[in-house]
Amino acid sequence: MRASIVERPLDVTALIAEVAAESNGATAVFIGTVRASNQGRDVDGIEYTAYREMAEKEMLSILLEASQRFEGVHAVLEHRVGRLSVGDASIGVVVAAPHRIEAMDAVRQIVDETKSRAPIWKLEHYSDGGREWVGSGTSA
Amino acid sequence: MTVVVRLFASYAERFGRDRLDMSIRAGTTVADVVALLRLVPGGSSLPRIPLVAVNSSYASDTTVIHHGDEIALIPPVAGG
Repeated sequence: MRASIVERPLDVTALIAEVAAESNGATAVFIGTVRASNQGRDVDGIEYTAYREMAEKEMLSILLEASQRFEGVHAVLEHRVGRLSVGDASIGVVVAAPHRIEAMDAVRQIVDETKSRAPIWKLEHYSDGGREWVGSGTSA
Repeated sequence: MTVVVRLFASYAERFGRDRLDMSIRAGTTVADVVALLRLVPGGSSLPRIPLVAVNSSYASDTTVIHHGDEIALIPPVAGG
């Protein structure tokens, strides 16, 4: 199990290799990417920031919770920070398990929990020059 | 005693900085620290009950702060 905040592009092939084992019959992958529009506004890019120490600690707890709930899963989670452009991958979750149901259910739980608990923030930059902290309800 | 308060994202913009040192008395709780932060320029617009972490773990209003603790105000998270 590994959970990291990274400042470089995500390498999905490397993440898949990290959890590979002959005992696994399934590998489920989730990649979150920067979308070109949000709530009707054209997005240029997103600037991600994190409280790194806490985010990595929280993300590792999330992986451990998934491994306790779903039998036999091995997972790796990376979240990128910094300025990302449309199409760039911001989060990568790879779960390998003996069977597909556990792998897919674990991926969903890990992504959902990361989005709701990990102290990570995004500042959206729009094509019209505006910017806004997502989730805070305040324009910036 | 002295503690460090870290500020992130929209909160860092409101306060115009990403950390500040606070001198507090023994027995001070998270709720007390938040009340003090409201008096700092930028602090008046904090939500009624902001999320707070102490030493990298989510804390409650009644958590007691100790010398050397790192307190963090956590704006609404939006990872993914």
